[in-house]
Amino acid sequence: MTSRATGPRAIVAAHGDFAAGLISAVQMITGQGAAFRAVSQVGLDAASLEVVMREAVVSHGATVVFTDLPAGSCTIAARKATRDLPDVAVVTGANLPMLLDFVMKDGAGREGAERAAAKGRDAITVAPAVQA
Amino acid sequence: MSVVLYRIDDRLIHGQVVVGWGQPFNIRFIVLVDDAVATSDWEQDLYRAGVPPEMELFFESVEGAARRLPEFEGRADAGIVLAGDIATMQRLIDASGAIHKVNLGGIHHRVGRSPKLRYVFLTAAEEQALLAMAEGGVSVSAQDVPACEPVSLRAVLAGSGA
Repeated sequence: MTSRATGPRAIVAAHGDFAAGLISAVQMITGQGAAFRAVSQVGLDAASLEVVMREAVVSHGATVVFTDLPAGSCTIAARKATRDLPDVAVVTGANLPMLLDFVMKDGAGREGAERAAAKGRDAITVAPAVQA
Repeated sequence: MSVVLYRIDDRLIHGQVVVGWGQPFNIRFIVLVDDAVATSDWEQDLYRAGVPPEMELFFESVEGAARRLPEFEGRADAGIVLAGDIATMQRLIDASGAIHKVNLGGIHHRVGRSPKLRYVFLTAAEEQALLAMAEGGVSVSAQDVPACEPVSLRAVLAGSGA
């Protein structure tokens, strides 16, 4: 058992309600959704999103920000907000297996980000066609 | 094809631009018009990192974009010209004299702005600036993504955020 029962240690930032949805799924599967804080870009201009992102990272001491689209506003804001925080890793293309690995392996920092990213990549498959 | 969209969007390059407009219009180049980004290597690297390799990216000041606009308009492929605010687009219109249609793609909430559409919030001064842009002969409408219907400037200004 490697779980922590503390507050958020990573940020999940995404379009619409995607981040909250991912965290909800993490909570359902592991009971550890509280390891993440959701940030949405809804209703925020670029500068405001960067401020919200910065506040989220700094207030929780987060060491990883998971985002959705590599070219998305959340990724741009995350990278700008953490420009002077070299210990904070930004991971794009967030998916559920990625977050589950992070939370179950007690992930943190660049090492945890790299491992979770690899897990997320490996989880993307096309199931073989079933013969009728 | 050339420039298919002159867009005001305070998020500049992001998902709606790269995917929402980029894929259906087969966008092959984006001109990001911003005096600060045009002189910032790290911000250019940041935006470049998120754009697919088949999409060419140009970082221009207002002056540089106005000078190169005939070149961009003369290209055989499709592109988008992006400005982060109304004032920058107006300066580009004035400097180039060659822009007749402007898309409001995203002007988001900030203190002092009132909601007009889900993705358009304006101060009184910005409303006047858009009216002046339209009176100058530019067709102004709002449309965040191609799948949504464009909204006329008159309807935008009459809106309350829905």
